[in-house]
Amino acid sequence: MTIHQLSIFIENRSGTLIKVLDALKQAGIQIIASTIADTAEYGIYRLICSEPMRACEELKKAGVAVALSEVFALELDNEPGRAADAVKMFSEADISITYMYSFLLRGKGILIFRTDNNEHAQDVIRTKGLKSIGEDALSALA
Amino acid sequence: MIWNPNKECMSRDEMSALQGKRLHKMVEYVYHNVPFYRHKLQELDIRPDDIQSIEDIRKLPFTTKKDLRDNYPFGLQAAPQSQIIRVHASSGTTGNPTIVGYTRKDIGVWSECMARCLTAYGVTRDDLFSVSYGYGLFTGGLGAHYGVEHIGASVIPAGTGNTEKHLKLIRDLGITGIACTPSYALYLAETMDKLGIKKEDIRLRVGAFGAEPWTENMRQEIQERLGLKGYNLYGLSEVMGPSVSYECQMQHGSHICEDHFYPEIINPVTLESLPAGQTGELVFTTLTKEGMPVIRYRTRDLCSLLPGTCDCGRTSVRMGRIEGRSDDMLIIRGINVFPSQVESVVLSMPEFAPRYMLVVDRVNNLDTLQVQVEIRQEYFTGVFDTPAAVDQLEKKLASKLKSVLSIAAKVQLKAPNTIERSQGKSAHVIDKRKL
Repeated sequence: MTIHQLSIFIENRSGTLIKVLDALKQAGIQIIASTIADTAEYGIYRLICSEPMRACEELKKAGVAVALSEVFALELDNEPGRAADAVKMFSEADISITYMYSFLLRGKGILIFRTDNNEHAQDVIRTKGLKSIGEDALSALA
Repeated sequence: MIWNPNKECMSRDEMSALQGKRLHKMVEYVYHNVPFYRHKLQELDIRPDDIQSIEDIRKLPFTTKKDLRDNYPFGLQAAPQSQIIRVHASSGTTGNPTIVGYTRKDIGVWSECMARCLTAYGVTRDDLFSVSYGYGLFTGGLGAHYGVEHIGASVIPAGTGNTEKHLKLIRDLGITGIACTPSYALYLAETMDKLGIKKEDIRLRVGAFGAEPWTENMRQEIQERLGLKGYNLYGLSEVMGPSVSYECQMQHGSHICEDHFYPEIINPVTLESLPAGQTGELVFTTLTKEGMPVIRYRTRDLCSLLPGTCDCGRTSVRMGRIEGRSDDMLIIRGINVFPSQVESVVLSMPEFAPRYMLVVDRVNNLDTLQVQVEIRQEYFTGVFDTPAAVDQLEKKLASKLKSVLSIAAKVQLKAPNTIERSQGKSAHVIDKRKL
């Protein structure tokens, strides 16, 4: 099970980030987690939020270059070593993780990541008993 | 239909012979009647008798807009004032306007060429044709007007302005053809929408569009909204006015009235002639003009020539769309760069909006070129969630630019709608170099 992440192209210029955030605010979208992959000239703003489909439409209307990407959200116990255990399972299955970020939600660790092979990653999650969390459940927690 | 098959479908050998004969006569004529040309030829030690064939044209010097301005108002006129029956003036946005006098024969040639254009568009004596170019000093209105009369169609000299009344006439009179700028055609379509007039309510079927650059997309839009077929009409007052070249039913390049206006394409820097098919600056020599002939007049328009017989049957050489202006040229690290080259690359990639900006700078004594383009919202998909994917898009554009420009350009991606929309030519370039 994957969830939708908003991937947003943001120029390195003052005023570009607030344009995105303002549009989300106007639409009443709640941000659950976000991170920016930055380069010297621009950034890719990755964002997990409530109602990602509607958020994407609203941002498009605001003229933002935005797309939906499919990522996994794993729920992990909040104790040392759990992220290492999880990532090792993918590594052993020869699945590359393209990018990853994490945050704490209601005492649980949430690991967001994208892989180069979603189908294969799904198998690993199922066979290894990892707990992936869906959009609705994530929104409910937030 | 072809107005003058004798000339429009002439064999290449016959055409070259005719052009050579007329060129010789023309050079002799200006040599004896225009001191400016006589001095220029004498400086180069050229006598009219040195010019016998059309190939000899390459021996002749070029004429520029500056020459026309420097000889304001009548310095380049070859015919005596008593022979001039009309005077037009081109807009003088930078300095003196260009004054062009026409003899009775010139007006006849102009009408003949315009008749060729209209016939190629499919206009006949049964048409009601509205001329919606400005009448006055501008050559558009009267130039097209005389051509419509010449073929015997009914001319409606609508001119510009009062668009609502014009539309009423288009509808009520059943006007079938129109000559105007492409932007005015789009304005007509907008006004129709505003007034609730549908394209089914009008009978327009032919549009002769010119006097400003336009694109294939504009053609599609005008054709769709007005329900007509739109053709290119090219001309410039320094050479004659509208009618220098025209599209036929094939809509593939504009046929040049080359028995009257001899075209060449040159490299605007080295001034060398370029072979057919290559893009460069368009140069015209008038072969029959009496009032103000021009020898190798540099139009500053960039395009290419398409030789060969057209599917319509005409053998006259065609010119491609105007791709830009040679005065926009930038010299970056010694290489000539035209904004239009960048434009063609950007337009060929659907990932980017059709807008761009060139930023030229000099860092550590080395010129740098940055090309800013807007990512198009529809093409920004989920795969662009990593800088690596976006960088790949930048690299794709950079490599295409490199192959077209022969110099490396740094691509900077911009968010949608962040590059200023402008029709102006210089608005595509920011040159920060302080030299």
